[in-house]
Formats: sequence, structure tokens, C-alpha cells
Amino acid sequence: MGKQHYQITVNGEPQDVLAEPRELLIHTLREQLRITGPHIGCETSHCGACTVDIDGRSVKSCTVFTAQVAGKEITTVEGLGSPDAMHPLQEAFREHHGLQCGYCTPGMITRAYRLLQENPSPTEEEVRFGMAGNLCRCTGYQNIVKAILAAAAEMNASKEAAE
Amino acid sequence: MKDLPESAERAEKLKGLGSSRKRVEDARFTQGKGNYVDDITLPGMLFGDFVRSPHAHARVTAIHTEEAMKVPGVLAVITAKDLEPLGLHWMPTLAGDKQMVLADGKVLFQGQEVAFVVATDRYAAADGIEAVEVEYEDLPVVVDPFKALEPDAPVLREDLEGKTEGAHGPRKHHNHIFTWEQGDREATEQVIAEADVVAEEMIYYHRTHPCPLEPCGCVASMDKVNGKLTIWGTFQAPHAIRTVVSLISGIEEHNIRIVSPDIGGGFGNKVGAYPGYICSAVASIVTGKPVKWVEDRMDNLMTTAFARDYWMKGRIAATKEGKITGLWCHVTADHGGFDACADPTKFPAGFFNICTGSYDIPTAYLSVDGVYTNKAPGGVAYRCSFRVTEAAYFIERMIEILAIELGMDAAELRRINFIKAEQFPYQSALGWEYDSGDYHTAWDKALEAVDYAGLRREQAERVEAFKRGETRKLLGIGLTHFTEIVGAGPVKNCDILGLGMFDSCEIRIHPTGSAIARLGTISQGQGHATTFAQILASEIGLPADSITVEEGDTDTAPYGLGTYGSRSTPVAGAATAMAGRKIRAKAQMIAAYLLEVHDDDLEWDVDRFAVKGDPERFKTMKEIAFAAYNQAIPGIEPGLEAVSYYDPPNMTYPFGAYVCVMEIDVDTGQTEIRQFYALDDCGTRINPMIIEGQVHGGLTEALAIAMGQEIAYDEMGNVKTGTLMDFFVPTAWETPHYTTDHTVTPSPHHPIGAKGVGESPNVGGVPAFSNAVHDAFRAFGLRQSHMPHDHWRVWKIANGLGLHG
Ligand code: FES
Ligand code: FES
Repeated sequence: MGKQHYQITVNGEPQDVLAEPRELLIHTLREQLRITGPHIGCETSHCGACTVDIDGRSVKSCTVFTAQVAGKEITTVEGLGSPDAMHPLQEAFREHHGLQCGYCTPGMITRAYRLLQENPSPTEEEVRFGMAGNLCRCTGYQNIVKAILAAAAEMNASKEAAE
Repeated sequence: MKDLPESAERAEKLKGLGSSRKRVEDARFTQGKGNYVDDITLPGMLFGDFVRSPHAHARVTAIHTEEAMKVPGVLAVITAKDLEPLGLHWMPTLAGDKQMVLADGKVLFQGQEVAFVVATDRYAAADGIEAVEVEYEDLPVVVDPFKALEPDAPVLREDLEGKTEGAHGPRKHHNHIFTWEQGDREATEQVIAEADVVAEEMIYYHRTHPCPLEPCGCVASMDKVNGKLTIWGTFQAPHAIRTVVSLISGIEEHNIRIVSPDIGGGFGNKVGAYPGYICSAVASIVTGKPVKWVEDRMDNLMTTAFARDYWMKGRIAATKEGKITGLWCHVTADHGGFDACADPTKFPAGFFNICTGSYDIPTAYLSVDGVYTNKAPGGVAYRCSFRVTEAAYFIERMIEILAIELGMDAAELRRINFIKAEQFPYQSALGWEYDSGDYHTAWDKALEAVDYAGLRREQAERVEAFKRGETRKLLGIGLTHFTEIVGAGPVKNCDILGLGMFDSCEIRIHPTGSAIARLGTISQGQGHATTFAQILASEIGLPADSITVEEGDTDTAPYGLGTYGSRSTPVAGAATAMAGRKIRAKAQMIAAYLLEVHDDDLEWDVDRFAVKGDPERFKTMKEIAFAAYNQAIPGIEPGLEAVSYYDPPNMTYPFGAYVCVMEIDVDTGQTEIRQFYALDDCGTRINPMIIEGQVHGGLTEALAIAMGQEIAYDEMGNVKTGTLMDFFVPTAWETPHYTTDHTVTPSPHHPIGAKGVGESPNVGGVPAFSNAVHDAFRAFGLRQSHMPHDHWRVWKIANGLGLHG
């Protein structure tokens, strides 16, 4: 199948990628751009390990073709914070033991990042419901929920302080 | 006088045993900087994938590869014929059987590997797979182990035809693998014949799958210039894999390097050897390029190691007062097409003989028959220690059924049969020496915490209200008191493929007082880099933050048998403490030289050796480390390093008391966990935060298994649950909130008294959830209903009991 050029923006950087029309975004990210934070747990849109943010929405990147996201802005876990300034969610996952093997973690954090934009002060129930597209086999979710609630509180407090 | 608060403060700074130290792994993982096998890309790397059988039992009459070879990007299609000259078309399993690497004349389960397509990338490989044409001739399929043992059942393993002796003794039938017996049959049958009360039941623990979020895979790279084969892969036992690869390939072991990078969960699924590893290695040797194979989720669920599938027939005998006098059990174990269990050699049914549980049962007998069927091979310990989960489920169901038979409260029945604290070390009727325990204390604490009496009152009222038509919901109280057996194991009776199940730790102290420790185990989320540093910090007095822990590279780590069966803390954790003690012994001699006193005049104080009676004269570990490298000390070699290979004298026996309170909607079969209380006793607690996390995770896997997760087949051998659409993995929404608690009964033989915890919640959780379902219907006459208790099956229970009017 013929390859084509597609322009996408990933974590703020414009990228020109050459891909077959059938290439999935997760493969472009991981194998062409070497952005390996998003993981593959199923390739059937059930596990959420591949979750990225596309133009302000959580998307499982194994369910879209790269061709479909031409011209769009994509954010992965690598784009949320930096080693010197981790995102409050990254800090909170560590502080509250919200991860074990770490395989679901990039997808979890990326989804939680969007969830907190949609609903900055969620209840525990809303977090559990809002995260239900992301599977974790290790943690039993309790500490993930705790971490997200703590990050929400932290982010709200610093927003208030800034105002 | 020693200043106590001051030394306590120093101890706290070390973040040693008992500290809820934050994990060192997390900075990488939260920023997407983990390094899992699929993240590895090497220059020129190729991608391999399998043509798999759509049939569960068929003869393979021809494989046409010509069209596939024309597909752009496809470089090779490997079949059994290509592997045969190398002797690699079959491989040994960890259970003493052998398994086809690629279909050799026939296939025995759906999804079996038939050909390996090697291409430039995963898309080209997928195209190549489409273009391979395989001719099959259907054979009769057997998915029921009882039918497999009928005299005229089809012969599954033609390669074994006529062989009456298997790896574990005589074979009774062409589809029979082994019989394993423990205990005293005659005495047990006599006790049962003479007992006041006998409860008899068939308990089925269904087939399920560990399903780690990261599937299995590897990258094999043969460097033809220096003759070295490196394989990065999802290996829970990298050293054993190296030995296996050497034995079957003939490549000398020093020319093989196995690396387990970060692993995205294992739960037993990543212990064994899979055809993908062999085919990738061969493909790399043939092409001279690195070859990656990473299975997808369907491959993972359909073909890599499953768990359970035990039909457990039980008889339990007791006096009128409820004192248990005997236990009899026969298991029909469905192993699938090849026996690929990962049990210690002498234990073909793992440690199932822990099935007397937490109870003082004087007489017992157990026999297990392993059977071949047209299902995927495996039988691994899914978050459990070698069939302990099956054993715990069996006894905890039998106790409940006996309680029904006796008309007794199930909590009270357990209490009067528990092994008493003063009976430890306790010799069980089926051959184990339980090292320690205090079951009554744990039990009372648990029942009090949930207000057990109050719950039973509420339940009785609910039943009355139900009968009056005022509610359609029932209340179930699921009890479990489990005893685990972990930490395999003593080399005298535990080995895998002849490799003793010791483990190891090697420590190097650097001149400036920091250190690196390497172990024979490998973390898959357990946080070894965090906890093993804590064990060492307490032993050698250097801060945990100054200790790097490294595992998984066979070129650098000392030999060990890996991580599964909750063995890391009991075995490698002990090796770590012992290696630390060797460091400390040498440090004491160095300190004595520096302080110009005799060794015996020094005492250890958290992070230093001080002169007895003169605590102001001391040398810290940091100072000693430097001296080890810059002073010429008569009679002492320079440097400060130690290695310990630890052969445990016994297993450890963690235990726990769980209570699950469940609401059940009789009309929809929907279940809701209202409360879950888990008390665990894992001996000395290394990192409470990590223990709690392990308990949450294990309980959630137990919830999945008990309430919906299964690998189901139709009678044609088609897998009905091969995707995450059908195979139940709970989300945050379905998962309840857990309350954790603990008691501490240290192991008397472990250097720091730790017992291991990762698997306890799965072992104890499954019967707790299942017993809750059964208990809700006890008042209406339910004795036994097989798992998983999904809504449809729960609805059927209610319907069968006539509760739908
Ligand atoms: S890999 Fe995309 S949802 Fe599982
Ligand atoms: S931390 Fe392992 S899957 Fe979530």
C-alpha cells in the first residue's frame, strides 16, 4: 500500500510522518516517532494503555489511523510535564502509590489529565466512572482514584493561589 | 548511656524496614520513560508473527508459503520442517513434557503456532500471514477432561502413543499425564466411613488467564561477529530461560545473554518458554538481524499459559460437634494439549497438598490426575504459589458446605478447627511443616472489625423481609481464612528442570558509602528496587536512597530462579539480608582496626559500629566503606563486597482473614460489594504502602476471577473469550473500595521474619467473593454453584431455587 505524508503536532512539535493509510496512530507514535509512553495492551480499544489527547479529547490511539489525525494536536504523557517540573498528576501517582508495573500509567495519567479539565473537582464516583476506559491489572484502582483526587485538590489550590 | 531517640532518628533516615518509602521506579513510569520489551528498537530490526491454527484438533497436511514470500517486506516463513534439522521443532516444557514450537503434523488447540512469518515490520508480517495457506484435516475434538479419559477418546498426543511412563510416573490412558498422591488413603477412607457427618461435593475452579496488561514478547539478536545471542524479553525467570536456551540450542551459556527489561505485569503468565522466543532466536540466527516478536491480546489469551481448570471432588468428615476428622480430595486437572505447568519438578500439582488449609485435620488423602485436552497449555500460578489458590478455594468451599451439613455458623466452624498458635511448627497430614501462625487472633480481629454478629442479624432480617415480599435483594457474607505456602523453595525438594530454587544477592559498597545490589529475581511491578534497598538499609546502615537495586540481566546479576509464587521476599529477600550481614561482618573488622579495639568490643548501632560502653567512639558505615578502599589493613582484603546464595530451610506460610459483604439483586443477578475487609499476616512488613497496594491489586484479580473472568471453550474447542470484550477485567467502576488490616507473626526461619504477600489476596479473595454469593442463597438451599458468578449465572441460581416466583 502506498505511503503518504501527514503533518501532525505531537507534544507541541510539528512532525511530518510517512505512513500507509492503514497505519494506526499508536504505531506511528511508538515506532516512527519513538514516543513510547503510550503502550499497547490490546489494539482493540478496550484497555486504554494507548490513550493520548487529540485536540482536547481523550482518544485510544490504537483506534485511529494516523491519516485521520492529520493537522491535529496530539499530547502524550511525555508532553504533560518534564523531569524538573512534573505534572501534579505524575507527582500524585507517585505519592499515593497509584502504579505498580507502570504499563497502564501513561494512559491513566493522560486520561486523568483530560478528566480534570472536563471536571476539575470530581467526586470519587465521577473519577471511577471517568477512568473506566482504562484498565489496570496491578493496583485495584483504589490508589489511582486517590491520586487523581489529590491531584485535583492540588491543582485547584494552586489555581486559587494564582488568582 | 546510648541516646535512644537520636539513634531512632538515624534509623528513620535510612528508610529501612517498615518505612512506607515512596517508590524509586515511579519517576520513570509516570513520565512514560519505562523500558518495556516493545519499546526496544534495534537497527535493522525485523518483526515476526505467527500463522495460527483456527482448529482445535486437526492434521496439518500441507503448508503453502510461496505466495507469502512474494508479499513485499516478507523475508522468511519458518515451519516445523525448517526447525526439525536444528532439533527445535519441539521444546521441553517446565513440567517435564515437550511442546511443539510449530505444528508438527497436527495441531492440538485453537491458536496453536503453525508458521512464523518474518518481515520488515508488523504490517508486512500481517500481510504475509494472510498469504500463507495451510491445509487442515479435522480430527475429533475433546475439551472435557472426563471425556478425554474415556476408553475410546481420540488420541491427542500421538507422539506419546504407547508410552506408559510419563515424567511423573505411570500413565493410565493415552490422554493421561500423571497421578500424584499424598497422604494416607486407607486411613482417610476409614475415617470417612465412620464419621458422624460427611459433606461431599464437586468444586470446579474454572479455567482463567493471568492477562497481564503487557502481553508477552521478545527481541532476539544474534551477533554473528562475537557469537553472542542476546534476548530481551518478558521473562519472570531470566536465568532459567538462559539455561533452557543453552540446553536446547547447544549455544554455550556464556554466549547467551537474557535481559528482562521493565515488565508490565506477569502474574505467572511470563514464567514459561513460548514458541515465539525460539522462533525469534532462530530467525535472528538465520537472518543475522534482530527479530522482535510481540503477541497481541488475542494471542495472549488464547495461547499463552492459562491458569486453574481443576475439577476437585471433596469429602470432609466431622463429629456432630463440628470437629473435622478427615479430608479426602481427588482432582481431575485439565492441562490442555501439552503439560506446560510451571511447578517445581517433584510437585506436578504444585503445592495443592496445602488443601487442609488453616485447619487441624488429623487425616487426609489427596490424588490428582493430569489430563490432556484440546485446549491451550499452561496451568501456571496466576498470582498464586503453584496451585495454592485452587487448594484454598477447595477447602474454603468445603468448610462452608460442611457448615450447611452441620447446621452451624461457618465462622464458628472455622474457629473450632483452626490450628492453635501453640501447635506451630505444625505438621500437616499432607506433608507440610507450617512455620508459624496465630489464626484465632486474626479471625477474632476480623469478625470484630466487620461486626460479624450484627451482619448476621441484618442478613436474617433481610431473608424475612424477602420472604414477605418487601425486598428483592439478598445479603451474602463471604468468609475466608486462608493459609498460603510460598517462598519455593528448599533445594532439597524444590527444583525446576533440575535447577535448585535458591535465590541470590550480590552487593558492592562503593568507596563513598553508596551501593549497588543485584538479585536473581525480577520485578514486574512489585517494586523490588524500592523494597530490597530497604532490607539492605536496615542491615548495613546505608540509606535506602543510596542503594541501587538491579535485576534481570543474566550477564551481571547472580543466578536465581526469578519472581513468581511470592518467592522474591522469602528467598531473594533473605539472600539480601544474608549478603548484608556478610558486609557488616567485614565492616566490623575494619572498624575494629580503625578504632584500635577488638572486634568483640564493638556493637552495631543502626548505621555504625561503636565501642561498647563508649558510644562516642564509633565509625559509621560510610567511613568504614571509604577505609575499605583506601587503607591497607593487615589480614583484610581491600574492598567491600558480598554475595549470598540463599537456600531456604522451609517455605513461609502467610495467612489472612477476609470478609466480603455482598448485595445481590435476585431478579437481575447483579452483585454489589458493599464492604470488603482484608486482614493479612505476612510476617515482618517491609513497606506497608507497597503491601497495601499488593493487597488491593490481588483482591481485584480475585474479584475478576470469582465474578466473571474465564477462558471458555465451545465443544469444537473454539475460544469464546479471546478478547477483552469477553474476558472480564474489572474497571475502576466495578471495583469496590477495600479496607486492609494486619497482624504480624514473623517467620521464625527467615532472616528478617518476612513471608511474602503479593499473592495472598488472590488466594484468599476468590473464596471470599464466591462464598458471599453462596452465603446469600444459603437460606434457600444452595450448596454449590460453580464460578464465575457473573450476573447470568447468579440469576440462574436464583431461578433454580424458585426465587422468581
Ligand atoms: S491498546 Fe489501545 S485500547 Fe488497548
Ligand atoms: S500498574 Fe500494572 S497495569 Fe496498572
